[in-house]
Amino acid sequence: MTDFQADSVDVVATGAVLPESTTMVVVGSSTAQPGDGTPPTREPVRQVFASMPLLVKFSTIWLILIVGGAIYGKVDQTIFNDALPLQDPNFQTNNFDPRTGEFGTGEAIEGPSASHWLGTDAIARDTFARTVHGGWVSLTVAVVAAGFGIIVGGFLGSLVGFVRGRTEILIMAGIDVILAFPALILLLAMVSIFRVRSLLVISLVIGFLSIPAYTRVARANSLAISNREFVLAARAIGTKPSKILRREIIPNVLPTVLSYAMVAGAFVIVVEGSLSFLGLSVQLPTATWGNMINQARRDIELNILQVLVPSLALVFTVLSLNQVGDFFRKRSAFRASAL
Amino acid sequence: MGKILAIRFARLAGTLFAVTLLTFLMTSLLPGDPATAVLGQEGIQNAELLEEVREDLGLNDPLPVRYVRWLGNAAQGDLGESYINRGQSVSQTIRDRLPVTAQIAGMAIAIAVALAIPIGIVGAYRQGRWQDTASSAGVQVALSVPNFIIGIFLIWLFAVQLRWLPASNWNRISDKGLWANFQTAILPATALALTQMAIFSRLVRSDMIATLQENYILSARAKGLKDIYILFRHALRPSSLSLATIIGINFGALLGGTVVIETLFAIPGLGFRLINAINQRDILVIQGITVFVAVVYVVINTVVDLFYTVLDPRIRRS
Repeated sequence: MTDFQADSVDVVATGAVLPESTTMVVVGSSTAQPGDGTPPTREPVRQVFASMPLLVKFSTIWLILIVGGAIYGKVDQTIFNDALPLQDPNFQTNNFDPRTGEFGTGEAIEGPSASHWLGTDAIARDTFARTVHGGWVSLTVAVVAAGFGIIVGGFLGSLVGFVRGRTEILIMAGIDVILAFPALILLLAMVSIFRVRSLLVISLVIGFLSIPAYTRVARANSLAISNREFVLAARAIGTKPSKILRREIIPNVLPTVLSYAMVAGAFVIVVEGSLSFLGLSVQLPTATWGNMINQARRDIELNILQVLVPSLALVFTVLSLNQVGDFFRKRSAFRASAL
Repeated sequence: MGKILAIRFARLAGTLFAVTLLTFLMTSLLPGDPATAVLGQEGIQNAELLEEVREDLGLNDPLPVRYVRWLGNAAQGDLGESYINRGQSVSQTIRDRLPVTAQIAGMAIAIAVALAIPIGIVGAYRQGRWQDTASSAGVQVALSVPNFIIGIFLIWLFAVQLRWLPASNWNRISDKGLWANFQTAILPATALALTQMAIFSRLVRSDMIATLQENYILSARAKGLKDIYILFRHALRPSSLSLATIIGINFGALLGGTVVIETLFAIPGLGFRLINAINQRDILVIQGITVFVAVVYVVINTVVDLFYTVLDPRIRRS
């Protein structure tokens, strides 16, 4: 870690779905070089990893495991028809198995064993397999939400912070209306409209509700950057506003928005978990951490492990995203101050 | 001051208009006939019922007329009645269930504040030392654990293992008395409180750090006052302005945010009813609860905002 102190101005960003207080505005120090809008040099991935504090390293490794596991599970399920070495997350191991032509030897709510590393759930499905697969829904929702947020929210925020005037008033009024609803209530109201709750629908709804928070973060940064000397210089030499937006504003707003995406992603995963827990996310039997927790809590007197496993998966993922997000946020603040 | 008030009220009116319009459109923008959406699967076969719903909702009129009429009725406390549970008035449902939700939310805020103030003060007073590091780490973890997970482990510990408290259900004060009510309320309130505690204590810590650098704190120290006295009597009050604001806002948010905890503990509050309504596709109940919670939230936010402006002259002037 560097001991360089980045000058940063903190502005509270509130989100429809996203966290209430995330400090995210980055304003450069007075060491600016006019006209210098070139992107900073790229560092090799290994070097970035080496510069991380220990906790952030662990968090990164955890996230890689979760993402890798989810992708592996999905590939296993859709392409190889569960033939790869990970059990079918929906197979009830005490039931007839059409593939082997025999009855399974599993039991419901088993403890950990060599064949079921983390035991089995109430209908004898393998908990390890379900936990690995469960990451897919959380991650998809988080990625789609981040995509919406970065592309739509990031663009809108950059735009209104740069052009100001009526466009800004109009767009921000719309954003404020979405933010005027309590987050979870609006989400539930929107989800309740849909008869079929597919992964696509859930992702789109949460993605849509992510836009306001990103817009605010991007706007605050865009406002600060629009007042910088290199933007003034670009205006002075008669550069078209659309080109200034594309070449000067957006590239400089983007790093902050990207590092916000991690912290926002952590929040989105909690929201999806809550929705799953309420039985209002992706339909069963698809494994999600939230619905695993909801199903296992009914047998909490028999076995706490079945609640503990998906809970820890969820909490570790959220914590890791916060840690890694914070790390990159500080880095992008450092970068921006050198602009 | 008068101008500020006028601007705030204009904004409040605008936001309320937009929020109510959006919620109203929920039933009207659904694909297909709103009457069939309101009635659900069974009702569709019944042509007589369908006609009745059309009549009640005035579906033959144009959209703006329907909105104004709906808003007028809502303002008089009439949010329609449920067609899934016949004869159940939506506003009566809200009246029955709001006290339960408000109690849980209020208790959660109270617990959170009681924990957050000492934690925040310790963090500020011992800034950068192990006490601060430890409490910051605890706060970070508390922020990352969703409240339903906290709730389940509270149930496991206090209801399943120790058997001190009931795992779910709700005792009304009027039926079972204060103590029985408290026993069913304390676990859900605690589950909600931890996240709030984390938010509050971060705020107290950062405000307190700023206050402790003021000159009057230095002069209090120079007078030889005890640290603990300075912290609570001199520094806490100026540091609690933004805490008061966020308490107000978060109380409003919690009225809608108790949904998951109410479901987990089977508490008959607004949120639990909302989830039932969603599962039954009882559109008018969903609409009624949504618009009620949203309006309360918007009004609380405006009041808190005004309050803040009145209390802090620096904001008033700028």
